[in-house]
Amino acid sequence: MQNRTLETGVGLFLLAGILALLLLALRVSGLSASANTDTYKLYANFDNIAGLTVRAKVTMAGVNIGKVTAIDLDHDTFTGRVTMEVNKRVNNLPSDSTASILTAGLLGEKYIGISVGGDDQLLKDGGTIHDTQSSLVLEDLIGKFLLNSVGKDAK
Amino acid sequence: MRRKSLMDRVRLMGRSAIDIVAVLGSSGIFLVHALLGRGGIGGGFQLLLRQLHSVGVMSLAIIVVSGVFIGMVLALQGFSILAKYGSEQAVGQMVALTLLRELGPVVTALLFAGRAGSALTAEIGNMKSTEQLSSLEMIGVDPLKYIVAPRLWAGFISLPVLALIFSVVGIWGGSWVAVDWLGVYEGSFWANMQNSVLFTDDVLNGVIKSVVFAFVVTWIAVFQGYDCEPTSEGISRATTKTVVYASLAVLGLDFIMTALMFGDF
Amino acid sequence: MSADNAYAVELKGVSFKRGARSIFNNVDISIPRGKVTGIMGPSGSGKTTLLRLMGAQLRPSAGEVWVNGQNLPKLSRSDLFDARKQMGVLFQSGALFTDLDVFENVAFPLRVHTKLPEDMIRDIVLLKLQAVGLRGAVDLMPDELSGGMKRRVALARAIALDPQILMYDEPFVGQDPIAMGVLVRLIRLLNDALGITSIVVSHDLAETASIADYLYVVGDGQVLGQGTPQELMESDNPRIRQFMTGDPDGPVPFHYPAPDYRDDLLGKR
Repeated sequence: MQNRTLETGVGLFLLAGILALLLLALRVSGLSASANTDTYKLYANFDNIAGLTVRAKVTMAGVNIGKVTAIDLDHDTFTGRVTMEVNKRVNNLPSDSTASILTAGLLGEKYIGISVGGDDQLLKDGGTIHDTQSSLVLEDLIGKFLLNSVGKDAK
Repeated sequence: MRRKSLMDRVRLMGRSAIDIVAVLGSSGIFLVHALLGRGGIGGGFQLLLRQLHSVGVMSLAIIVVSGVFIGMVLALQGFSILAKYGSEQAVGQMVALTLLRELGPVVTALLFAGRAGSALTAEIGNMKSTEQLSSLEMIGVDPLKYIVAPRLWAGFISLPVLALIFSVVGIWGGSWVAVDWLGVYEGSFWANMQNSVLFTDDVLNGVIKSVVFAFVVTWIAVFQGYDCEPTSEGISRATTKTVVYASLAVLGLDFIMTALMFGDF
Repeated sequence: MSADNAYAVELKGVSFKRGARSIFNNVDISIPRGKVTGIMGPSGSGKTTLLRLMGAQLRPSAGEVWVNGQNLPKLSRSDLFDARKQMGVLFQSGALFTDLDVFENVAFPLRVHTKLPEDMIRDIVLLKLQAVGLRGAVDLMPDELSGGMKRRVALARAIALDPQILMYDEPFVGQDPIAMGVLVRLIRLLNDALGITSIVVSHDLAETASIADYLYVVGDGQVLGQGTPQELMESDNPRIRQFMTGDPDGPVPFHYPAPDYRDDLLGKR
């Protein structure tokens, strides 16, 4: 019985499996050691979140700083309430920062971009961003455009 | 021949339903006996090692080759469609997501059923027909522990590992076609992939799928072997049954699991 | 344990059904301790089934199977495996483990059930192989052995743990005369030398009668007759006589039940 080669073969096989998992984690899904750092929650209410999905990116100046974890309808204001988890390292967001729903490319996915305000007060865990810009809705845009041109013609 | 009356048909249907439930019951008891119950015998690790070799390592070649080709084909097909919309950079994420979520676990399980599952059935069936199982029993060794349990565990462990390897070589094959051959920019190929693939949702869900498939395929294969009629005809029938049942079970379960895991999109 | 009992194995009122078909119906068989007992009958009479009932690989639908003072059908799964250590079985095909060589095959029961040191296992294996005359084949694989040699290795394996009861399932089938002679001698020799109770299930009349101290003839799911070989030879039961003398026609008809030959040929249905 060549037990030695058997053991080596099985060992290599299992090693290959672990290596594959590691590759998938690091190279394919871009999981890095810092990805699991602590986060804190922020909320933002949008008039229209159309197209935004859970797990969408939250960026600032194009840098990924968190993700959307929940989207639901605010019972009282009838606005879309978005829950974000933002990286703990980005803990110096002024309370009057703006959150807008942006689109990557013409047909790309929706994500949230945050631009900095000027207030001295900072957003804390569980804080809400009040200044928001809703998703761009193509139908509204076309409607506005039509309305404008009709108005010009009337003059 | 006499035509069957309606009552006869109903009775026949009822009987086959009862038969199916009975087989499910006996295979369940079989599984419990093999995996639980009185502890295994000495040298269990050696037995497992040998089975890991014949079930896992020996299936590696077919898995790697099919993985590379499927990855390549995915990239080729995806490229020609995505290029129409000018978003050929997305080919990386398409290949990766398809492999990780679906094709990796499913195709690996199907190949595994054909390669290792049928071999398990035939091997155990052969042991049964040559009275090796009876012989073990009379020596006072439980064949469920000595023959069946190591094979079950080897299957449970091997298939997820094989599925992971399949996905990795598939993605590599896809990147080879897309980047080196079709000229997709390498940076956006990987960046797009990393942006859209989530470790917990895509990679781990794929692993969970393959674990479930491993369980079902190995269970079916080993039980068919153990339960087969101990003749050469019975063994060949059991081998066919293994491949057919295991494939159907994999595809059916895949739909259910996909609906559960990714259905909220 | 009732070792003083004169019978090593006793079947009391045993019935066995396979599906709806009844294979044995209320059978009583007692196997005397320390003797060679032959169980004979035509092919398909369920002799092997009888052996499996004694080894508790099959569960009777009714009745009791007493082996060494234990009623096997009543035992739990783990007790049953312990009880089987006292039994050795030589299967029809030998049933050697094809992935182990001759040495490991014979050593297998020792490795599983004892914690003997390696050199002692080696001694015992060589001793058992010497007893069946195959010490020289110790390094061969089972598929390198002839049918007769396989059975002898299997015999060495069956006696590895020095069982009290040794069962032979059709030991003479498909053997050339020399191998047959060797096996006949071995069965008798082992029985006398080790004081084992031997049960030989066979339809080979001459060989079985030549070594058995006592014979059972089974058929039609019943015990047709029993006694010493001499008594059975002189039996006036026509079924036993047909079997013992090998007449082609008799109570067991030559023709399988069929419609009248003339009508069949003339197409009258």
